[in-house]
Amino acid sequence: MSILINKDTKIITQGITGKTGQFHTEKCIEYANGKACFVAGVNPKKAGESIFDVPIFATVKDAKAATGATVSVIYVPPAGAADAIWEACEADLDLAICITEGIPVRDMLVVRNKMKQKVAKGGKETLLLGPNCPGLITPDEVKIGIMPGHIHRKGRIGVVSRSGTLTYEAVAQVTELGLGQSSAVGIGGDPINGLKHIDIMRMFNDDPDTDAVIMIGEIGGPDEAEAARWCKDNMKKPVVGFIAGVTAPAGKRMGHAGALISGGADTADAKLAIMEECGFTVTRNPSEMAKLLKALL
Amino acid sequence: MKIHEYQGKEILRKFGVSTPRGFPCFSVDEAVKAAEQLGGNVWVVKAQIHAGGRGKGGGVKLAKSLDEVRQHASAILGMQLKTHQTGPGGQRVRRLLIEDGADIRKEYYVAALTDRATQKVAIMASSEGGMDIEEVAHSTPEKIIKVFVDPLVGLTAAQAKELADGIGVPTASQTQAIDTFKKLYTCYMETDASLAEINPLILEGNGNIKALDAKFNFDSNALYRQPEIVAYRDLDEEDADEIEASKFDLAYISLDGNIGCLVNGAGLAMATMDTIKLFGAEPANFLDVGGGATTEKVTEAFKIMLKNTKVKGILVNIFGGIMKCDTIAAGVVSAAREVHLSVPLVVRMKGTNEDLGKMILAESGLPIIAADTMAEAATKIVAAVK
Repeated sequence: MSILINKDTKIITQGITGKTGQFHTEKCIEYANGKACFVAGVNPKKAGESIFDVPIFATVKDAKAATGATVSVIYVPPAGAADAIWEACEADLDLAICITEGIPVRDMLVVRNKMKQKVAKGGKETLLLGPNCPGLITPDEVKIGIMPGHIHRKGRIGVVSRSGTLTYEAVAQVTELGLGQSSAVGIGGDPINGLKHIDIMRMFNDDPDTDAVIMIGEIGGPDEAEAARWCKDNMKKPVVGFIAGVTAPAGKRMGHAGALISGGADTADAKLAIMEECGFTVTRNPSEMAKLLKALL
Repeated sequence: MKIHEYQGKEILRKFGVSTPRGFPCFSVDEAVKAAEQLGGNVWVVKAQIHAGGRGKGGGVKLAKSLDEVRQHASAILGMQLKTHQTGPGGQRVRRLLIEDGADIRKEYYVAALTDRATQKVAIMASSEGGMDIEEVAHSTPEKIIKVFVDPLVGLTAAQAKELADGIGVPTASQTQAIDTFKKLYTCYMETDASLAEINPLILEGNGNIKALDAKFNFDSNALYRQPEIVAYRDLDEEDADEIEASKFDLAYISLDGNIGCLVNGAGLAMATMDTIKLFGAEPANFLDVGGGATTEKVTEAFKIMLKNTKVKGILVNIFGGIMKCDTIAAGVVSAAREVHLSVPLVVRMKGTNEDLGKMILAESGLPIIAADTMAEAATKIVAAVK
């Protein structure tokens, strides 16, 4: 088991013919069961063609109808990315994973509210991971996104983070200690996104093949605190927590659009304190995330 | 991206929000001429810098004669204005706004911003205008009224009335206040703002509602479709090194410490800075070279970091994923040679082609200190600069 995706997941790549989409689709196909998982691409101008033996369709709906895919990964450039998310949603997919960085916040606000409105009217819910995220991986089964596959190892530790390279850091530490990951999930660095820490923590809690979790956050926004409060009452597994940005000055956007301190609760110190109160084992030293976790097992 | 108050008021007027009449000025003579042109007998001389708290710092003065306009303009223009947002060095005043004096009966607060938790646009209003809103939120939170606007629906009449009632706008001025809130919301959405704040929004003696100040911040992801907003950019108000870095697609922010850091990924960059602090020193900058770093980009990154004379050592922390460690290593070696690096350099590399990268560094003949973990790298660079 794992969360969200496994070796049987069928995936559509939106933006498969772009430079980024091509590059990463090839890497994903090469990883584990990728060849069987990546079944379709979308580009309205290249329908009927194929790339890496993956057939290209005009729309997500067509791709889904022809292949039975339930998940899509989006590499469409920022100006069209929110529309691509909505297309995945309108096709009633289970999950859309948006890698694209730099989508205008207003576009995300509109598409997120459209997605919620659809569910409120009784439509099928499509989960969204990202945008501005590395994607997610279930080691030795399938990788959807831009993370380096080789640092992962199949195991029983869940990893969730807003940052790409910091996720890789945690993953590599876990692998080096001889443990491995059940799934590793990057939820992305944007202020308006889909799945949040709390959602992923719920899934790891329910996953019989996850024994413990590393939860990584950063400055800005209420998500980590919300997840920590939920964990206090519900989480049955040990959690190691780290928040990046103790040294970040207030009011400055630290690379990620969402990494900005605009109030007291946004700081790394405030988040670390809440996580500790809620029973996480927190650290201020990102080099010892996996070591701490191993001690809890 | 931030803009000046006078530019914010231009935007507000474009969306139909009433503001005092005024002119931006770049010299004392222009300021006096502006006051003459406005007429009347009371003017406000306002320093235009991107930081808030200008009044308390002496950057906003009332003038009751043209002589006083001249005096205040001379004093303010060119001053290093220090506020709680400028840092201890202050910010040099290069522009003024000369405005009509206003007849203030009551000061309110109103702002639009994106609420992450509800994924809606929050419109916040308060009867306590003219004050620092964080102060109000802290001491009298009940005096802040908030409504959450669904972008698919827009600000409803009921929500706008809730705001006007909540902050106690007199009946005779309610229509104007409601209209102002709606226009502020439209303006916020159409300009891709991330903050649009009017503090104070005033009720004049004659019952009119006017925006006496305007503070905007814009979503940098959306600037590509907002050329009119981009035209407002004032590079004098921004950090020169940050501007230079952005030309090379590097995310750079200067800080106060003495250890420069070059990292790939925003989260890892912050974690690296935090580790430096944990081991007893302070980072000199935040620098994310991003996913596709080339030798040229790494060289530019070194140049920008080293412009800061406080830098006594550099820590490079790379997690090679798509970007290979050997590519970065070659970039680091070439950059160190090109800039004739004279401060200690610690490099930590992990991930794709890690061994190849380490070999390139070792064989370069440069005094590069290698480290395996972030903690080890921080320990070594802190020791090297002491």
